[in-house]
Amino acid sequence: MTLRRLKSIALTIGFWLLVGVLVLYAIFPFYYAIVTSLKPSSQLFEVSYWVDSLDFSNYVTVLSQPTFLAAIRNSVIVALSVVLIALLLGLTAAWALGRVRFRGRTTVMMIVLGVSMFPQVAVLSGLFEVIRTLDLYNSPGGLILSYTIFTLPFTVWILTTFMRQLPDELEEAAIVDGASPWVTLTKVFMPLLWPAMATTGLLAFIAAWNEFLFALTFTLTDSQRTVPVAIALISGGSQYELPWGPIMAASVIVTVPLVVLVVIFQRRIVSGLTAGAVKG
Amino acid sequence: MATRQPTLAQTSAAQNPGGAVDATQPARPRRERGTRVRRRRVRAAWLFLTPMLIGLALVAGWPLARTFWFSVTDASLSSLEGANFIGLENYLVHDNGWYGILADPLWWQSVWNTLYFALVSVSLEAVLGVIVALVLNAHFRGRTLVRAAMLIPWAIPTVVSAKIWAWMLNDQFGIINHLLMTLGLIDAPRSWTADASLSMWAVIMVDVWKATPFVALLVLAALQMLPSDCYEAAKVDGIHPVRVFFRVTLPLITPALLVAVIFRALDALRVFDVIYVLTSNAASTMTMSIYARQQLVEFQDVGYGSAASTLLFMIIALVTVVYLYLGRRQLGGGS
Repeated sequence: MTLRRLKSIALTIGFWLLVGVLVLYAIFPFYYAIVTSLKPSSQLFEVSYWVDSLDFSNYVTVLSQPTFLAAIRNSVIVALSVVLIALLLGLTAAWALGRVRFRGRTTVMMIVLGVSMFPQVAVLSGLFEVIRTLDLYNSPGGLILSYTIFTLPFTVWILTTFMRQLPDELEEAAIVDGASPWVTLTKVFMPLLWPAMATTGLLAFIAAWNEFLFALTFTLTDSQRTVPVAIALISGGSQYELPWGPIMAASVIVTVPLVVLVVIFQRRIVSGLTAGAVKG
Repeated sequence: MATRQPTLAQTSAAQNPGGAVDATQPARPRRERGTRVRRRRVRAAWLFLTPMLIGLALVAGWPLARTFWFSVTDASLSSLEGANFIGLENYLVHDNGWYGILADPLWWQSVWNTLYFALVSVSLEAVLGVIVALVLNAHFRGRTLVRAAMLIPWAIPTVVSAKIWAWMLNDQFGIINHLLMTLGLIDAPRSWTADASLSMWAVIMVDVWKATPFVALLVLAALQMLPSDCYEAAKVDGIHPVRVFFRVTLPLITPALLVAVIFRALDALRVFDVIYVLTSNAASTMTMSIYARQQLVEFQDVGYGSAASTLLFMIIALVTVVYLYLGRRQLGGGS
């Protein structure tokens, strides 16, 4: 009996140890970025595991750079526009794919799924040409356009999944009343789909906020960069003297909103990820 | 119990919300009243699909076709319009020796690096993801907080996580060298990102850290839908938990795990950000995407770079087609 008790205690301790290690593994890097960002540059090269100084000079350095502020502004503009466009196009497409039975529906679904698996670099040269032809090179417009390639497919996919789950009776009543499809969509479905739209919008926002390859390729000047590119291109006097303090401060600034969003909306995000199994 | 397993697996596959081919059966009003209403709905459906289809054609279909075209021309970044058709010379040509991508050792190294990276990182993510999911599936105080903590690596932008890890892996001042030396595991600092024999592992480490939450969440969703009765039966029969995991749990979560693995694999095959930030264009970690972009943008050789992009596209398309075929068959068998 005591042996069994001992064994269960050992198992409990082992379990909590495992939980502790996993949590530490997940959050330590971000924690360490915060620790580093709060150090004065003189102490930067002494390794410390705890916040032992509250020095905001790195934040002041970063936030007083006009290019970094411009990058934040560009990222916000691009991400919000991408969310709006993806939701608008995704919602109409999801109604057609989720509520109507017609020839070619499966083909359209396969096209959408196929596009979500495109390697971005495969469309890089073609997209570069399109963007230059439309005179959108080195502007947020070019990024908004190009980001549809990865936000639209998963928006359509997730919204279609949610649209399917709504009961038929709703739409039957609207059809009997002679409502047009557009009215049905905006007056009947949209109010019910707000949670799903919030989820997909959030995922699209995160995807657009984090994108790097297109932003690096389709912008040229510092004033048009987005946040990931701005951080990747922060450089010091030489390749070997990167200003780690400001880099970590910038990293914390652009990540904190995302972490807050994720912690608040974790349930929604999980349901969206599992419904669409979008890329991580 | 052994005879019940396949049916359970099939039900869970059919209900599995992570199943990617899930959305193919539409809900519809039971009686679509009259052909007039029906025709109007179909017309409206196509009308509603048009903006999305135009969008996808503009950013995906047309650019892809142009990339295919550029790959058989001598286009350069400064003169895309004046490109001349040169056949398959970008791929392979014999002119006092073999030239072209297929004769470039660096291309083959990129292919090998990409496959190695994809295989190792996705395997580690699958194993770790299942472990994390099992932990999150247990009932304990603070589970919601732990789950939120697990989501943090997924939420951090790839560029930012690469920068943070680059700092932690810094050869002179990095905390990882400091920690390993304090523990006595290494006797001299390692330069993780510059040393050709270590840099691939550094990249894998960062990718595993970032992508494991995604796998864990998909597996967790499957775990939470498992029927509890077979666990109770196993408990009554006194079967060891490890045996229950391999005989009952693992087969039942395999469909969800496969979906997660295939999505991760497709991502790993086109990996770019993390490597570009951590090790730049170093040959030891060069992947197909890095190779193609270097040719396209830095060397301005759009023809050659497009040929590399085309090859990468073919490889990923092949994986996708195999997956869709298998996924369809699995779903067809389940219903």
